[in-house]
Amino acid sequence: MKAVDDLSFSLDKSSITALLGGNGAGKTTTLSMLLGLLRPSSGSIRLFEQDFIKNRFAVLSRMNFSSPYVDLPQRLTVRENLLVYAKLYGVINPGNRVAEVAESFRIENLLNQRLRRLSSGQKTRVSLAKSLINKPEFLLLDEPTASLDPDTTAWIRELLRQYRDQEGATILFASHDMREVELLCDKALLMKKGKLVEEGTPTQLLGKYNRDNLEDVFLQVNRREEE
Amino acid sequence: MTGLKDSSWGRILALFTRYFFLLRSSWPRIIEIAYWPTMQMVMWGFVSKHFAPSSPELTAGGVLISVVLIWDTLFRSHISYTLSFLEEMWSRNLGNLFVAPLRPWELMLGLACISLIRTLIGMVPAALLAIPFFGVSVFEMGFPLFAFFFNLVLTGWAMSQFVTAILIRYGLGAESLTWVLPFLIAPFSCIYYPLSTLPAWMQDVASFIPTTYVFEGMRALLIEGVWRQDLLLQALGLNVVYLGLGMGTFLFAFRVARTHGLLLQAGE
Repeated sequence: MKAVDDLSFSLDKSSITALLGGNGAGKTTTLSMLLGLLRPSSGSIRLFEQDFIKNRFAVLSRMNFSSPYVDLPQRLTVRENLLVYAKLYGVINPGNRVAEVAESFRIENLLNQRLRRLSSGQKTRVSLAKSLINKPEFLLLDEPTASLDPDTTAWIRELLRQYRDQEGATILFASHDMREVELLCDKALLMKKGKLVEEGTPTQLLGKYNRDNLEDVFLQVNRREEE
Repeated sequence: MTGLKDSSWGRILALFTRYFFLLRSSWPRIIEIAYWPTMQMVMWGFVSKHFAPSSPELTAGGVLISVVLIWDTLFRSHISYTLSFLEEMWSRNLGNLFVAPLRPWELMLGLACISLIRTLIGMVPAALLAIPFFGVSVFEMGFPLFAFFFNLVLTGWAMSQFVTAILIRYGLGAESLTWVLPFLIAPFSCIYYPLSTLPAWMQDVASFIPTTYVFEGMRALLIEGVWRQDLLLQALGLNVVYLGLGMGTFLFAFRVARTHGLLLQAGE
């Protein structure tokens, strides 16, 4: 059985793209392949003009990732975690960079706390801070605002947009939150049963399906076969 | 992109820092590392004292305490390496590590470095306490002590590479192998008895185990006062072979895990 089949897409530089799909659609598999955690059985991945499958280590330092399903070491403090990852990515002034991301994600007061003592929302912010520690040019996020309250979600969204604007970064994120996709992304990729079934800007998709919101578009695409 | 430097040593140091932070986060953990080797030394010290009048050949030159300490070196080196790797699985951190530009060999070297530190934390206090408690100083062996220690550390790492390869492929279900493997080679290693004690078929098996040569060499040095460099070189040769095989097995398991998408889910 193929989790992902005949999948082909490209991302514009400095764009924010949402990867959408129901459970088992192949989003996590796609992200895993783009992160080098899963080797595709066929096909190619080109990132930064390089063959990512053959030469992933040349590219990984220019990327980063955050997911609520992958944790950071719980016994380490927030500062220790961020320092370790800053050093792993070869950040030249790790202490300064930790202070910068801590300020961006409003976690300065948590820096000396062990991760296991934090709430899930605080952990999500730490994980996002880790994902920006090396100022990645390509950022992959899996449900970046899961477990965050609406207020925090709003400023994280703004923060990601600012980051894209300032650094020219390309962001790909998987999400089930269609409102977030409408507010944040330039383009959406809809997957179903391992295939890419729809692609376009939120406005294009709303127009094509004659719907008021992306959630209805998503439902229509997802139920198309059953109908 | 922020200023980045691509340095293997930097990443190994980062990993070492991660395990150092973990270690210093818990004083009970540090005490525990030194506790078991010390208890072993105390217990075997009294056993040695008890047998000294009736069986001087068994206890000459503090051989019993020395072999216990040296055997524990292998155990500590293996456990420290494998537990540090298991920490990554328990904390579901492998996904984050492997999306960083960390090469598998850098991970292996980082684990080896922290294993060496933890082994020293465990063994040095026990070895020092053996001096006032039982009048046995393994440090009097000089260079041979370093050679024995180094060889057993290498054997411990080689075993760990096989175990971590299995862990990365089969997950935490294989965790118990961590504790089992050292005891599998213990009877063949001739820790407390000479090689000639074993039946012929076991001697054949023992000849493929580096630790056999280490303990034969230790007995030759402590009981007969003979430094058997040939035994040490045989141990080193076997260790190099097993380390090579261990690394190859780990890299193969890593490749299989990438093919089957096991790295993201690895953990509890």
